[in-house]
Amino acid sequence: MNYLYYPGCSLKGTGRAYDESLKAVCRALGITLSEVPDWNCCGATAYMSVEETRAHALAARNLSLADAAAADKGLKRDIIAPCSACYLVLAKTLHALDEQIETRVLVERALKAGGLDMPKAGLQVRHPLDVLVNDVGLAAISAKVKSPLKGLKLAPYYGCQLVRPYAAFDDQAHPVTMDRLMAASGAECVDFPLKTRCCGGSLTGTVPDAGLRLAYIILKEAKKRGAHAVVTVCPLCQFNLDGYQDKIAAEFEEVAMPVLYFTQVLGLALGLSERELGIQRGIVPAEPALAGRR
Amino acid sequence: MKSASNGSGPKIGFYICHCGTNIAGTIDVEAVREHAAKLPGVAVSKGYKYMCSDPGQEMIAQDIRAQGLERLVVAACSPNLHEETFRKAAAKGGLNPFFFQMVNIREHASWVHEDKAAATQKAEDQVRAAIHRVRFHKALEKKRVPVHPDVMVVGGGIAGIHAALTAANAGKKVILVEREATIGGHMALFDKTFPTLDCSACILTPKMSAVKGHPNITLWAYSEVTKVEGYVGNFKVTVKRKPRYVKEDLCVGCDACIDACVFKEAKFPDEFNQGLSKRKPVYLSFPQATPKVVTIDPKTCIQLKTGKCKMTCAAACDRKAIDFGQKEESKEVPVGAIILTTGFDAFDPKRHEYYGYGRYPNVYSALEVERLVNASGPTGGDVVLRDGRRPEAIGIIHCVGSRDEHTNKWCSRVCCMYSLKLAHLLKERTGAQVYNFYIDMRTPGKTFEEFYDRLLKEGVQFVRGRVAEVNDWAMTREEEGRLVIRVEDTLAGFVRRIPVDMVVLSQGLEARKDALDVRRIFNIGCGSDGFFQERHPKLAPVSTFADGIFIAGACQGPKDIPDTVAQAGAAAAEALALVDAGHVEMEPNTSRVVEEECSGCKSCVPLCPYSAITFDEAKKKASINEILCKGCGVCAAACPSGSIRQNLFEDDEIFGEIEGVLS
Repeated sequence: MNYLYYPGCSLKGTGRAYDESLKAVCRALGITLSEVPDWNCCGATAYMSVEETRAHALAARNLSLADAAAADKGLKRDIIAPCSACYLVLAKTLHALDEQIETRVLVERALKAGGLDMPKAGLQVRHPLDVLVNDVGLAAISAKVKSPLKGLKLAPYYGCQLVRPYAAFDDQAHPVTMDRLMAASGAECVDFPLKTRCCGGSLTGTVPDAGLRLAYIILKEAKKRGAHAVVTVCPLCQFNLDGYQDKIAAEFEEVAMPVLYFTQVLGLALGLSERELGIQRGIVPAEPALAGRR
Repeated sequence: MKSASNGSGPKIGFYICHCGTNIAGTIDVEAVREHAAKLPGVAVSKGYKYMCSDPGQEMIAQDIRAQGLERLVVAACSPNLHEETFRKAAAKGGLNPFFFQMVNIREHASWVHEDKAAATQKAEDQVRAAIHRVRFHKALEKKRVPVHPDVMVVGGGIAGIHAALTAANAGKKVILVEREATIGGHMALFDKTFPTLDCSACILTPKMSAVKGHPNITLWAYSEVTKVEGYVGNFKVTVKRKPRYVKEDLCVGCDACIDACVFKEAKFPDEFNQGLSKRKPVYLSFPQATPKVVTIDPKTCIQLKTGKCKMTCAAACDRKAIDFGQKEESKEVPVGAIILTTGFDAFDPKRHEYYGYGRYPNVYSALEVERLVNASGPTGGDVVLRDGRRPEAIGIIHCVGSRDEHTNKWCSRVCCMYSLKLAHLLKERTGAQVYNFYIDMRTPGKTFEEFYDRLLKEGVQFVRGRVAEVNDWAMTREEEGRLVIRVEDTLAGFVRRIPVDMVVLSQGLEARKDALDVRRIFNIGCGSDGFFQERHPKLAPVSTFADGIFIAGACQGPKDIPDTVAQAGAAAAEALALVDAGHVEMEPNTSRVVEEECSGCKSCVPLCPYSAITFDEAKKKASINEILCKGCGVCAAACPSGSIRQNLFEDDEIFGEIEGVLS
């Protein structure tokens, strides 16, 4: 299986562990990732709300480069975007190019000026969770699980952008894809109705009072429901939940809740080492929760 | 007002209606009249304030007689309204009523335009078309077909019960077909009815027994209509009678078999109690079930599943009513009219993920609460939650699956009122603090607003706002272990978190899941909302586009019990009017095959939406049943050899019309 890979800025920075664990899991499952050459910023949520057309042009450059690379190397025209913001912005641009004729014309003009072609129909933006569960399949994954994570209780946390506004592969309010994947890894998911609540987003930086409170609610509920760790699909969620627990302890209470990427948990079950999966990069150490689980 | 009629064609009379100012306000009727007067063949051209009035009609009849008119054109409103009126006027003057063409210059011109000159021009074009066309009209006759006097009612809820009793009391034989094991429908589930709070069972069950005891009603419960053939006045209906594994004529509903069942404990979800209690494989839905006959469920009965049971139930029945060998039966009955009263489905609140139905045990659907507060329900009317607690605070969320872009866009009409009723009953039974979360309170029925007022005085809390979410995570000590309703209170202007112990979701009403299949069986239409489509929303509310098939109650759209009963009575009256007339007249705008031109290609056969075309294998020609044909014209347009002709839409008539517009 071959996919295009758009890591986005987070996976090269704060979300390095996500990049490392995703690549490791893909290797283990026989998936080849070809990084989109010369990719640029996706624009994230900020640019889109300030200058929509330009934001689409910015994202469209990535789509155009990906499409060209796919044609060049004869790859499947699916781009894996692990960061929820990248995933959403690229998908939004694909929709806009398809549905809004005006945007399409302006973006085409911008791409032409840069010597690029419009991405052709059929190009898709995919989240690795979708690819793993729906392309590889749970049966194939289960067959490769070497050390099931017996007794590990996880709070499956999806965040907002993965399923909203586009519910491409799961329910908007109550997604279950990651729950199923974690179950295949031998772990147990606690009932977690907060799975699509806001993690605080950029508020942790701009309005810390509000942002921290949102992160705190998720963490303390995970703890209350007996989870050993929160497992997430998004680098910003991971950063907000993992990175501010000292401040949360000062303002509310001590939660001491490790926050893992779903690829890290899956990697452990596939028998990969903690080092390969970047487990040590977490601020709240996950090692105690994982000890003796496999 | 004779014009330069050249005498070659038939003499045409033209009349234009002012319709008060409806037409004359936008169209220069005098100009149109003058324009028509100059057209070839027009012998008379007149205008009048209201052509449909008696003097208007009389004028036409007199002119026909006095002037020897041979064709008639009236420019007025929609033929839907007055085509029949002017056909009668023609007949009164001694003219075949189909020597008439109506021009709709109201709906098609005056009502939809503002530019007077252009509207007048358009009316003149329309009039020219009709005058050119009417010359080619042929004399046609309506066919009279005798009508079978029996009536079938499909669906045994309150609508079907009322319609069946009304028709039966008028002396008609009625067959009432019900899909479930008992009649009664949704109304049988309720404890009280709004706004009078009278006991639902007390008013419904006497009508149920009246159905059972009525000499003119044949009740076929646990049965479904599978096929309808024939046409208005002469339907042939096939009914599938599902096996109960109990002989209906022998069983008296004594419960001995239920007590004797090898399952000592009831362990299967009881559908009648919305799964809040358990039943055995052999069961009676509720004590007043009609017919009062037990039913054996083949999905859970050991004997029916494996054939290896001691059959203690059969042994316990001293009337030998249990019959495991019973088979599904198919019956064919002739009826003259059919009334559909198939009811509604309650919206499945699981589809509204944010409200946690199915995830939090103390989130209830309104139908479940109807059973919970019901004196004959699973707890005898005691409001005990699934976790055994008694609620101290209850939140009732309105518009679940109503007025919602994501699910159903319509207002379900009954939910505000039944939510008030449940609020009253829950407060009365539990003393709990009760909150209603509403978008708008809709209480437009008789004494509805007074009921709302009463609830306000009783101290029920009303919060205006669509609830965002029901969750179980706590922010404060008070919220611990409870359900929290998050809502924007749009009157107070801020977001609230309201902890409660019980949530009631006021489900909207939607069309039955299989409404589309049923629609096909009866050959009627559904609206975009899935409910059965009435023939006219105001003037033919219980008729359908299939003559002889009527609809009543919630299968036509959400409505409460009084409206349902009123419609059921109306549908019964319409059915009676049809069968009592003894015969029906069929519109002659049907198609026919010119046999010598038919190539036998069969293209038309599958196209006919009314299954009116058959293929004569001996002659290798298509043949159209004039009685079944509704005159849609699909076959005539599709026939590759042009051998299908349709009355009133013959080629010369249509070309005449086109020529008229263009000339």
